[in-house]
Amino acid sequence: MPLRDVMKRAAETARLMVGLPDYEAYAAHRRSAHPGEPVMSREDFHRERTERRYAAGATGRCC
Amino acid sequence: MATRAEGGSGLSWAPWALVALLGAVALGVVALSRGETINALWLVVAALCTYLTAYRFYGLFIARRVLRIDPARPTPAVRRNDGLDYVPTNRTVLFGHHFAAIAGAGPLVGPVLAAQMGYLPGTLWILVGVVFAGAVQDMIMLFISTRRDGRSLGEIIRAEMGHVPGIIAMVGILAIMIILLAVLALIIVKALADSPWGTFTVFATMPVAVLMGLYGRYLRPGRIGEVSAIGFVGLMGSILLGEQVASSPVWGPAFTFSGEALALMLIAYGFIASVLPVWLLLAPRDYLSTFLKIGTILGLAIGILIVRPELQMPAVTRFVDGTGPVFAGSLFPFLFITIACGAVSGFHALVASGTTPKMIESEAHIPLIGYGAMLMESFVAVMAMVAASVLDPAVYFALNSPGALIGTTTAEAAAAVSGWGFAITPAMLDEVARQVGEASILSRTGGAPTLAVGMAQILSDVIGGPGMMAFWYHFAILFEALFILTTVDAGTRVARFMIQDLAGTVSPRLRDTSNWTANLLATALAVGGWGWFLYQGVTDPLGGINTLWPLFGIANQMLAAIALTACTIVLYKMKRERFAWVTLVPLAWLLVCTLTAGWQKIFHADPRIGFLAHAERYSAALSRGEVLAPASGVGQMRQVIFNDYVNSSLAALFIAVVLAMVFYGLRAVAAARRSEAPTALETVDAAA
Repeated sequence: MPLRDVMKRAAETARLMVGLPDYEAYAAHRRSAHPGEPVMSREDFHRERTERRYAAGATGRCC
Repeated sequence: MATRAEGGSGLSWAPWALVALLGAVALGVVALSRGETINALWLVVAALCTYLTAYRFYGLFIARRVLRIDPARPTPAVRRNDGLDYVPTNRTVLFGHHFAAIAGAGPLVGPVLAAQMGYLPGTLWILVGVVFAGAVQDMIMLFISTRRDGRSLGEIIRAEMGHVPGIIAMVGILAIMIILLAVLALIIVKALADSPWGTFTVFATMPVAVLMGLYGRYLRPGRIGEVSAIGFVGLMGSILLGEQVASSPVWGPAFTFSGEALALMLIAYGFIASVLPVWLLLAPRDYLSTFLKIGTILGLAIGILIVRPELQMPAVTRFVDGTGPVFAGSLFPFLFITIACGAVSGFHALVASGTTPKMIESEAHIPLIGYGAMLMESFVAVMAMVAASVLDPAVYFALNSPGALIGTTTAEAAAAVSGWGFAITPAMLDEVARQVGEASILSRTGGAPTLAVGMAQILSDVIGGPGMMAFWYHFAILFEALFILTTVDAGTRVARFMIQDLAGTVSPRLRDTSNWTANLLATALAVGGWGWFLYQGVTDPLGGINTLWPLFGIANQMLAAIALTACTIVLYKMKRERFAWVTLVPLAWLLVCTLTAGWQKIFHADPRIGFLAHAERYSAALSRGEVLAPASGVGQMRQVIFNDYVNSSLAALFIAVVLAMVFYGLRAVAAARRSEAPTALETVDAAA
């Protein structure tokens, strides 16, 4: 794998470790699966995911 | 089933025979060498070979033959893809996510405490436990949840076992959460008490995190890398500044607090932090603690490989008989509950049925993520064992024995520890304290300081030499405090939601998370719960860890027993009972260990082990009009007795919960056996 892809994969891993999935994948999914419907901006996406990570029903961490 | 054919026929035996042979030799050296020190590398090699072999031959066997994972079956991530919760994710990326979620303070602390019996018993349990119990539980739970749209452990128990067992499991999980938060908070308090350098750096993380939060909220939303880099610089700065603060005649005393004071501050902090907006403090500190955790674990692994230290701790010490100062109770059952995380941790069942199953791209990734990530956590536990064992055993016991046993001056401590057969002089103990930049290293129980001294010794050998030991020590303390604080904060929120959920079954209004009265009430209950155990632990003359860590271990292993019960039921419902031994064997072992340990914690005649015997001793003294330390009056004597009864009740509650789950489990298994057809409630794939 070229170094650029490795770096991209590492950044993606780091972001998911703190609960943030890939924004590009989200936007691409919204555009292809729900054309014409609104797509959250990068900032809103970040806020929404941050809230979700610590909301009710999220036991996403261990001792 | 291309992968199965590939795995079967494409397997080349020669390399695997070599790995197995190397592992066997390394394990032989670890287990059989006596009288002289061995190199830590043997431990590392034995562990790695065990993991590789276990993954290839047992992990994949369970995945392919027992669970019959189907790489062609669409996962919830694929079927319900929304780009948010359900996202098909690259397996290495998801491995990182899952590992970061399961690895915390647990695998670092348990092995350090267990080192009092020598490095061998703990290491063997870590290796055997992870291969046959921990990784099995994690992977099967992940599989079950993936087949059920990513449902949680509680929902799975309710669906597969019934409503009443569902509620019982919820109560059990809440009790475990409370005791977990108390013991984690106690670890911080023990590490920071009378340590102005450590206290300052940990306090400084709060303004640093708030600055990061504001920056990430208003200036550069979503720029996690930038925000974390700023935070990292702030952290390193606060460690360096901490040294100045500690040596200042004005600021040094201002940041020197007793354990009691720190406990009260932490309780107040827990309440405030868990009602603040998450972006302000929790999320930014979560970035720091997560990245620092991963970075430090990698750094420690590299450090051990470069330094290749000798293990100073004997393979087995005389404390296997149960008279050890770190925790009371004999090797069986207490070793097996002292090391929970790293061998088997019930808490992982919550993570494996949380966010990860919603992001699995293909069932073919389940072994790597479920079994593999747990093997990696086990490796963290092995490294913690190495860090504790590279210390001079006398230093280890001086750090980990309560003041009631070794006194409060280096002269007393050196005499006491030398009396146990680990010779040391007071001057040597003073020298270690000076090297790590602390006034004293005596009775710094809880595991974190021991790990920090061990890590400082290893890391300063790589970077900086002895002059850097104090920096590395405080770096290690900060790293542990940071992710414990994050867990305390996030865990208090989780406990609050659980309380609201449970209270909601009585009065629906309490479940409403937009109702501030209900929120504050539930938060107060959550903080009050762990705060009460924390304060009790801080004032305990035997150090608190002695009481609380076994309770936590019992609770965590009982949760594992509950999860393995659920796994067993699902295997029966899938009509795979031929392979039910895969979960029944670890389940039986956990039941034997936890029920014995729970029983002994309540009824053991030795007041150091049994809560009732301890209460009895205080009651008898009270009736004679005597006051026993640490109580300084009749009121405190009554408090100690009351604490003992609460602790016994909690242990009894854990026993009752697990027995009830086994009873309902047996019923569910009997029902599954009566049915001709499979009865597992998997989500039917509508799309295919």
